[in-house]
Amino acid sequence: MEFFISTLLFGISVGGQYALIAIGYTMVYGILRLINFAHGDVFMVAGLMGIYLTSSLGAYLSPTTILVSLILVLVLTVLLGFLIERVAYKPLRTAPRMSVMISAIGVSYLLQNTATYVTGGQPMTYPAIPFLSDTITVAGTPIKWVVILTPFLVVILVVALTQLINHTKVGMAMRAVAKDFETSQLMGIKINSVISTTFVIGSALAALGSMLYFTTYQAVTPTAGAMPGLKAFVAAVFGGIGSIPGAVIGAFLIGICENFVKVLPFEGATTFVDAFTFALLIIVLVFKPTGLFGEKATDKV
Amino acid sequence: MLRIDDLRVNYGGIEAVKGVTFEVPEGEIVTLIGANGAGKSTTLRAIAGLVKPASGRIHLQAEDITGLSPDRIVSKGITLVPEGRHVFPDLTVLENLKIGAYLRTDSLEDDIKWVYDLFPRLKERSWQAAGTLSGGEQQMLAVGRALMSRPKIMMMDEPSLGLAPLVVKGIFEIIKEINRQGVTILLIEQNANMALHTADTAYVLETGRLTMSGTGKELLNDEAVKKAYLG
Ligand SMILES: Nc1ncnc2c1ncn2[C@@H]1O[C@H](COP(=O)(O)OP(=O)(O)O)[C@@H](O)[C@H]1O
Ligand SMILES: [Mg+2]
Repeated sequence: MEFFISTLLFGISVGGQYALIAIGYTMVYGILRLINFAHGDVFMVAGLMGIYLTSSLGAYLSPTTILVSLILVLVLTVLLGFLIERVAYKPLRTAPRMSVMISAIGVSYLLQNTATYVTGGQPMTYPAIPFLSDTITVAGTPIKWVVILTPFLVVILVVALTQLINHTKVGMAMRAVAKDFETSQLMGIKINSVISTTFVIGSALAALGSMLYFTTYQAVTPTAGAMPGLKAFVAAVFGGIGSIPGAVIGAFLIGICENFVKVLPFEGATTFVDAFTFALLIIVLVFKPTGLFGEKATDKV
Repeated sequence: MLRIDDLRVNYGGIEAVKGVTFEVPEGEIVTLIGANGAGKSTTLRAIAGLVKPASGRIHLQAEDITGLSPDRIVSKGITLVPEGRHVFPDLTVLENLKIGAYLRTDSLEDDIKWVYDLFPRLKERSWQAAGTLSGGEQQMLAVGRALMSRPKIMMMDEPSLGLAPLVVKGIFEIIKEINRQGVTILLIEQNANMALHTADTAYVLETGRLTMSGTGKELLNDEAVKKAYLG
């Protein structure tokens, strides 16, 4: 029972972290029909920035320096996401979708390679964040506060985001642009600024996700964004790509699933956990090809 | 009010509009009729800023508005009701109206009331998703949405397309009513009969060129027009 509770807690928590990444995938897809392969790497860069900023702000990490550097991480990650869109995707707005996708893959490698260059490829350790990194004992298992708090934070952010999308003018514009570029333009909507807004929101959530994720799993390597990014992407597909509630629910399910697969009582469960998780998803997608909340006809990539 | 001088528009290598010149006087209903592929939509799309003209000038009153972005064109008071209506299907009727007023920051209450008075059907369906409306209702919504920007000129691309004759009649009545309330109309139609009956001034567009012009009545009685478009 104790074992069950701690597995569930870890699953929900990492699921929430995937959710924060998955929202960026699903929103960008919703508006551009683009799988933004660089998104997971933006998440990784946010992690590295967290490390470098905190260490450059002083050897002694007071709560204030940590807070300041986390805010800086947020701002810089948003800027990075914004720039990626402007430089790598916007010039290809009328190009075939494949070209944009290749551009996204290019950006993904650029970020990974830059990270390797900067870190020398060594795993870096994410700083301990006051309170979030402290542990409490739940059901006999020591658990970091971040694990407990992540799902609550995610739920708050998702509710805020849905409010923004469903009840504000900019949210209405986002829904309109996602449906129809040209008619949106006829309404006077500047689609490029709406697209930028989407990248800004996605990157901000990825930055927050990186803080929670790397506080839990402290090693940041140049490929540290690849697996969580892929899981988040799969969560978005699983939930029905383009749908925010779908991505969030998909992410929580994947997180929980993989944590239970990990503790299955046979040899190799830990090693094969990712393959198991993906197999499970494929089975679901066989029966529900558009995902949980997907629309009928989604463009295949 | 709106003056188009020697407008040329290319798609890749194909010249869709080949030097079109015409005027839309303030307060009038002007129509461009022509067969499918004549370049009617392209002309309106160029005015709306959706495609950049290869050459030629577009003036609104004294101001050169050639090549401005669509949002700038809307802010100048020109709106386009697109071919095929293109209401936002997942947005409610009311949201569709509000998004028509996207660039405005003042109160929309009076205008929403205005549109609902013109189209009582829309008021009944205010909270319904626009995608669930009938074709005629969607056309009403597309017109209402365009009016929400408080346009000086409303351009309409084949509003009768795919609608039952009775519905078309209703739409044209509303067009006249909107015009009476002070909105200048530029209407393009394949349905030449309705358009010519409604228009003050009419032009015939053939494969990218204007070949005839006159009042709506004159063209209605023209033998060549009768033969080609009123068959
Ligand atoms: N997006 C486009 N790309 C290439 N050619 C186009 C495009 N849109 C229209 N055309 C061509 O331009 C010509 C004029 O089209 P259009 O303005 O839509 O005519 P109309 O509205 O009078 O039916 C046609 O030959 C059409 O095939
Ligand atoms: Mg047309």
